[in-house]
Amino acid sequence: MSVNEENIIELRHISKEFKTSGGPVTALSNIDLNIKKGEIFGIIGLSGAGKSTLVRCINLLEVPTSGEVIFEGRNLAALPDREQRSARKSMGMIFQQFNLLAQRNVIKNICFPLELSGVPKKEAEARAKKLLELVGLSDRANSYPSQLSGGQKQRVAIARAIATDPKVLLCDEATSALDPDTTKSILELLKRINRELGITVIIITHEMKVIEAICDRVAIIDQSRIAEVGRVSDIFSNPRSKIGRRLILGDAVNNVSFDQSRKIRISFDGRSSMEPVIANMILSIKVPVNFLYATLKDIGGTAYGQMIVQLPEDETDAQRALTYLKSIGIKYEEVTEADV
Amino acid sequence: MFNAEFIELFSNEIGATLYMVLISSLVSYMIGLPLGVLLVVTDPEGIRPMPLFNKILGLIVNLLRSVPFLIMIVIALPLTRAVVGTTLGATAVIPPLVVSAAPYVARMVESSFKEVDRGVIEAAKSMGASTMQIILKVLIPESKPSLLLGAAISVTTILGYSAMAGNLGGGGLGAIAINYGYYRREPVTMWAAVILLMLLVQIIQELGLKLAKHSDKRAR
Repeated sequence: MSVNEENIIELRHISKEFKTSGGPVTALSNIDLNIKKGEIFGIIGLSGAGKSTLVRCINLLEVPTSGEVIFEGRNLAALPDREQRSARKSMGMIFQQFNLLAQRNVIKNICFPLELSGVPKKEAEARAKKLLELVGLSDRANSYPSQLSGGQKQRVAIARAIATDPKVLLCDEATSALDPDTTKSILELLKRINRELGITVIIITHEMKVIEAICDRVAIIDQSRIAEVGRVSDIFSNPRSKIGRRLILGDAVNNVSFDQSRKIRISFDGRSSMEPVIANMILSIKVPVNFLYATLKDIGGTAYGQMIVQLPEDETDAQRALTYLKSIGIKYEEVTEADV
Repeated sequence: MFNAEFIELFSNEIGATLYMVLISSLVSYMIGLPLGVLLVVTDPEGIRPMPLFNKILGLIVNLLRSVPFLIMIVIALPLTRAVVGTTLGATAVIPPLVVSAAPYVARMVESSFKEVDRGVIEAAKSMGASTMQIILKVLIPESKPSLLLGAAISVTTILGYSAMAGNLGGGGLGAIAINYGYYRREPVTMWAAVILLMLLVQIIQELGLKLAKHSDKRAR
């Protein structure tokens, strides 16, 4: 389904405080976020940043201390209990630990939300069978969760989460307990569900590769606040926040030793990365530069690169290098230790 | 010694014991199961937190549990007279048994429910389940193996109580053991009653274990 400009979820000034024995702890602070209908939206942050609380505020598993959760034009936080529950049926959710009912077999697990909604048993089972086919587990209908692998459990959880035809699927670290290959196949399934069923998908993760793989837009959350939000390709090619750079460039940058001479970070987008930019620069200024860090990512079929280069110690040579980059239209910015 | 009279005595009193245990267990669960549900649901960390109510209920349960059963029989005499019309015989043991066992059952049930994965309850909530639906479709079915194990322990405890009640005119195997072993100095009869009690405990416990294992769909 193509993403349109209509917002399906709007978070307005969401704050959440938890009362603990050590005094109140702020989990979320004044979060504003719009999720567009039909998109795959990623929310990334380090552990403890508040991302799990944020996703629980969307379906009101956590009630925000203040702020509004607008879902299809209605403020969920202001609705009475019964209507909150019915709104939750329009939002499926999957979890890191799958959270399947251990005493029910696969087909009965998928029937569970339908049972809650009072769908007749025969109808529910017919629907569950179709969903099992969609997630590729038709042969495991009568297995119990303990007999399934992690990836299979998550497939069942996905089938269960979309059984009631929700408009939104919330994924809370849904691939964090899975190995890389299984993660890939689960992400592909989520993408298919988004495309074929038109379900808006919201993904909470601490792994950048999850965002790269399937998200259209991403919000980076740090210390209870949104650090930056935008299209994945824009944020990858030019992260503006410190946390964004750390998440995208990885911890490797922290190991770079900084001495006296200047460093610059160069961002490549798809067009320029094919050209031997750095080689041409060195040929042009006739002075070598030092590579401190480099990474290349494929986002939506386009290569995006990040590179940290140490300029020559001689100030004139350094300036010539920068002038060269400017002349061929390559984006760069100077970095100091404090930036990474 | 193992004559017709002896056999008749034992078959009567086994019947009385089974009657006391069965009825008391049923009634104790009818009261204890909902109490256990209330304890878990209204827990400060539960699905419908009501801390004050939970504290008071917990206190009542603890108070009832701290009264020794022999004394409970005496305290409950007016209740017994009001409910069953007599204070003698097997039926008269049931009210004090229930008053003692129901709070015990409530705590057993509570601990079984607390074993249910919080994540599963959260998942049910995310699907819009009501509190009642969570109790009936998640808490009880998901803790079934543990509830069955708890039931085996509760029933054997009730069996032990019922034997104690024999001392105070309740009848049953406990009464035989006391009357013949202590008052009449017939150790063989006493031991026969004790061994029968031991066998009953074994049977109940094994049955509970088997049922629990059979019903558990985890790890096989």
